[in-house]
Amino acid sequence: MPLLKVENLRTTIRTRKGVAVPVDGVSFSLEAGQTLAMVGESGCGKSMTALSLLQLVPEPAGRIESGHVWFQDRDLLELTWEEMRPLRGREIAMIFQEPMTSLNPVHSVGQQLMEAMIVHGTAKGKEAQRRATESLDRVGVRPTAMKQYPHELSGGMRQRVMIAMALLNNPKLLIADEPTTALDVTVQAQILQLIRELQRETDMAVLLITHDLGTVAEVADHVAVMYAGQVVENAPVHELFSRPLHPYTQGLFASLPARARRGQDLATLEGRVPDSTDWPIACRFEKRCQYSFAACSAVPPKFQPAEAAHPSRCHLYDPEIERPMRGTPREEQEQAHALIEGGIAS
Amino acid sequence: MFRYLVRRLLYAIPILVGVSLVTFLLFYCVFPPEQIARRNLSAKNPTPEQIQDWLTTHNYNHPLSEQFQKHMSELFLLRFGRADSTNEPIWDRIKAGVGPSSLIAALIFVSALATQLFLALWSAYFRGTYVDLWITFLCVLLMSVVYIVFVIAGQFLMGKILRLFPLAGYQPSWSSFRFAVLPVIIGVISGLGSGTRFYRTFMLEEVNQDYVRTARAKGVPESRILFKHVLKNALIPIISSTVLAIPSLMLGNLVLESFFGIPGLGSYTVDAINSQDFAVVRAMVFLGTLLYIAGAILTDVCYAIADPRIRLE
Amino acid sequence: MSDWLSNIIPFVIVITLFVVIRRAATQPLWAEAIRRIKRNRLALMALCVICIFGATAFCDSISWRKDKNAPSLSLIDRAFERPAEPTYSAPFATMTFGEPTPRPLLGKHWFGTDGTGQDVFYQTLKGCRTATIIGGFTLLIATPLALLFGMMAGYFGKRVDDAIQYSYTILDSIPNILLLVALLMVMGRGLPQLCIALGITSWVGLCRLTRGETLKHREREYVRAAKALGISNIRILFRHILPNLLPLVVISTTLSFSGLVLAEAILSYLQLGVAQGTGSWGNMIDGARLELAREPVIWWNLSAASLALFILVLSFNIFGDALRDAIDPRLSS
Repeated sequence: MPLLKVENLRTTIRTRKGVAVPVDGVSFSLEAGQTLAMVGESGCGKSMTALSLLQLVPEPAGRIESGHVWFQDRDLLELTWEEMRPLRGREIAMIFQEPMTSLNPVHSVGQQLMEAMIVHGTAKGKEAQRRATESLDRVGVRPTAMKQYPHELSGGMRQRVMIAMALLNNPKLLIADEPTTALDVTVQAQILQLIRELQRETDMAVLLITHDLGTVAEVADHVAVMYAGQVVENAPVHELFSRPLHPYTQGLFASLPARARRGQDLATLEGRVPDSTDWPIACRFEKRCQYSFAACSAVPPKFQPAEAAHPSRCHLYDPEIERPMRGTPREEQEQAHALIEGGIAS
Repeated sequence: MFRYLVRRLLYAIPILVGVSLVTFLLFYCVFPPEQIARRNLSAKNPTPEQIQDWLTTHNYNHPLSEQFQKHMSELFLLRFGRADSTNEPIWDRIKAGVGPSSLIAALIFVSALATQLFLALWSAYFRGTYVDLWITFLCVLLMSVVYIVFVIAGQFLMGKILRLFPLAGYQPSWSSFRFAVLPVIIGVISGLGSGTRFYRTFMLEEVNQDYVRTARAKGVPESRILFKHVLKNALIPIISSTVLAIPSLMLGNLVLESFFGIPGLGSYTVDAINSQDFAVVRAMVFLGTLLYIAGAILTDVCYAIADPRIRLE
Repeated sequence: MSDWLSNIIPFVIVITLFVVIRRAATQPLWAEAIRRIKRNRLALMALCVICIFGATAFCDSISWRKDKNAPSLSLIDRAFERPAEPTYSAPFATMTFGEPTPRPLLGKHWFGTDGTGQDVFYQTLKGCRTATIIGGFTLLIATPLALLFGMMAGYFGKRVDDAIQYSYTILDSIPNILLLVALLMVMGRGLPQLCIALGITSWVGLCRLTRGETLKHREREYVRAAKALGISNIRILFRHILPNLLPLVVISTTLSFSGLVLAEAILSYLQLGVAQGTGSWGNMIDGARLELAREPVIWWNLSAASLALFILVLSFNIFGDALRDAIDPRLSS
C-alpha cells in the first residue's frame, strides 16, 4: 500500500465564464520516502490538485466533486474540515510558491513557527521555542530571525522559514507547490538541495509540483505529467527522460535547449491549453498534437498501461484504436527520441 | 518616534492657522458682528445705539485688523471668551460638557466597533453564503435609514412602548449609566450598516491572502485564523478610519445628545445654534479641529504599533 | 417671465440627461456597463424607483398661475387642490377624531392628514423636489469643482498641488457637521444656501480621489506621447485624462447622493435645513417627532416622510453599488 494514493480526483471551480474543471480525473500514487514530481504548464491543474489533497480549494467557488485520496488507509475526502485539521501541518505539510506573501506580515517568524506546534499540541512554551530555533538552524537560517518579521527577510530566507515551518512536526508527506519558482536561480538550487537532504534524513515523501524539467531531473524519483486537468503520463524519472511516450511530454522535452540541436531553432508547442470551462470531449491535446488522427477528436484516450510502470493517455499506445498508417508508431517514436536524446545527454 | 511626533505636531500648525482663518472669514467678514448683534437683539428693528451697545458688551467693538489679531491669538491660547447669548465663559461649559460627552462617545465607540468588527468577521467568514448575503443586505438597509429616524423611533420603541429605559435625561453619577444605555444602543445601531460593510471589504481582502492559506495548511483552527491572523492584518487599514471617527463622535453627536438631554458638548452646540450664539459655534469648530488633528496623529502612531512594516522616522 | 424660465429648467435638465446617456451608450466602456446593469434585476428596480421620484420632482417643478395675483401652483399642487381639513386624520380614515365632535373628511387621504389638516401624501410628494434639488444641485456644484482642482493638483504638481492640498486639508480637518453648522448659521436657512454648504463639505472627498487618479494617469504612456506631440496641457487634461476619470466620478457621485439627502434631514432637526414653508422630508420628520407623544400616537406623519426618504436612499445605494460593479468589476467584492 503506497503512502498516498489518489484516484479519479475531480475538482471544479465556479467562475464568471462558467464552471471550470481544473482537476478532472487525476490518479497517481506515492510511496513513503519517494519524490513524485508533477509537471505541466501553468493552468494545467497541478496546484489545484495539491490544494485538493488538503481540502484547501478556495471556498466557496471551488469544490471537490469526486474521487478518493487514500493516505495511510484513510480517504481524506471522506473527512470533514475539522477532522482534516489534525492532519494538516502534522502528517501532511505544504509549502507554497509565493514566499513573499505566504507568511503573515504582522506576526514574527518565531510566532508563526511556534504556532505550527502549538495548534497541534506537539510542543509548547520553551520547548516550542527550542524546536523552532532548531528547525531554523536545520534549514540554514540564523536563530535571530525568530524575532524578525517576514518583510525583514529575503525571498530565499522566507522560503527556508516556510520549509522549517512545514518540517516542525515531522510530516510523512510534504507537498511543495513550485517552491523555487519565485526565487533566484542560485537560491533555487540551495532550496532543492535542502529539501533533498531533509527528505533523506526523515524519510518523508515529497510531492513536488513544478513546471521546470531541470528541477525534476534533479530531485524526482517518479514523474506525473499533467495536461489540461489530467495526468497524461506517469513514469519513473529515468524512464520518462529516456523514453517519453505522450506527444505532449515529447513536446516539453523538445522545447528544452540542447547541445545536440545547437544552431537549430528551439521547438515550441504551438497553440494553447484549452479553456478549463470547456474541455474538448476527446483527447485534450489533439489540437496541438502532430500525430493526431480521426480517433483523437472522437474518442477520449484511456490511461493505458502500455508497459505496467509507464502508463500514458494517448491513442498511439492503445492497441484497440485503429490508426491510419503513416509509418508505424514505433518508427515515429524512434525519430522523436533521436531528436530528444541529445537534450537529455547534455 | 519622538522626532516623528514633533514633526507631525509642527505640520498641524499651518492647518490650525488655516482653520482659524476660515472661521475669521466666516464670522467676521462674511457675517460681520453687526449682523450677529441684530440676530441676538430681541427688538425687531434695533437702533444703531443698541447695536453699538451690544458690540461693546460682547467685545466686538474693534477695527477689523485688531479683531483679527484678537481672534487668532485667543484661539491659539484656547481662550474662547464668553458666549454671545448667555455671556457665561465658554470654557466652563466645555469643561462641564466633556464628561458626559466622553462617556457617551466612548461607550458608543467601543460597542459599535466591537459589533461592527464581529459582524464583518462573521460575514467574511461565511463569504458567498446566505449568512454573508443577509448581513450585507441588512447593512444596506440600515445605511438607508436617516439617523434622526433611528433616534426618534428608538426612543419611541424602547423608551415609550417597551419602557426599558428612561426616555431622556442624565445624572452626573454612576446611575448615569441607566440614562446612557438608550443613546448608546441607538448610536451603535445607526452606525452598524456602513461600518460593517466598510470593514467587511477589508476582511475579505485579508481572507483571500496567501498567508491565510499557509495557516490553514499548518492546521490552524478557523477561529484562530480569523482572530489571530485575519483580524490583526485587517486592523491596520481599519485603524485609520476608526481613530478619525473619535472627534466626530465627541462633538458630532449633536442630535443624540440634544435629543436625550445629555448635557454634553453636542447639546451645548445645538443650544448655541438655536440661540444664534456665534461665539460658541466658533469655539466648537476650533475645538473639533483640534480633536481631529489629535486623532490623525494618534492614527499614525497606532499604525506604527500595529504594522511592523511601518517605522516612523 | 421668471415663471417661464423656471419651467424651462427642468426640461433642459431632463433632455441633457437623456442626451448624455444616449451618447455614453455609444462608448464601449459605458455600453458594457449598461449591458451589465440591464442584467441586474435589483439595480433596474432601483433605477425605476429613482425615476419615479425624479418624475415626481419634475412634475412639481412645472408650475403656472391662473391669473396675475394667484400663487404659482405646480402640477402636484393642482392634483391635490382640495379644501383643507380641520385637523388630524389617520390614513384611509373617513372621519377626523381631532375635534370634540367627529366630522366626515372632505376628501380621501391615503397617508392621513397632519395637525393643520394638510394631506400627508401631498407633503411627501412635495419632498421629492427638495430632495432631488439638494442631491442634484449640490453635486452640480461640488463635482466640477472637485474635478477641476483635483486634476490641476494631480497634473501640475508642485506649488499648485501644495496650495490645493492645503486648502482641502483645512476643510477636511473641521468635522463635517460643525462646518455645515457654521456655514449655514452664517448664510442663513434656505435651499440654495443648503446646496452651497453641502457642496463645500462634499467636494473634498472627490477632489482627493481625482488628484490621486490624475497622478497615476500623468505617468502613463499615452500622456507622455501626447506631451511629446506638443498637445497643450489643457487639452491633455480635458481630452485625454478626464474621460479616464469619468467612471470614478460617476460611481462616487451616485454613492454620495444618498448621503446628501440624509444630511438634509439631520440639518432640519438642527433648525438649519430648508425654510419651514418648503416641503421637505427633513422638516416633516422634525415637525412630526413631537407628535409621537400624543394619545393616540400620530405615527403616519413621521412614517410617510421616513419611508419616502428610506426608499429613495436605498434605491440610490443599491443602484450605486450595481453601477460600481458594472463599471469596474475589480472593485466589486
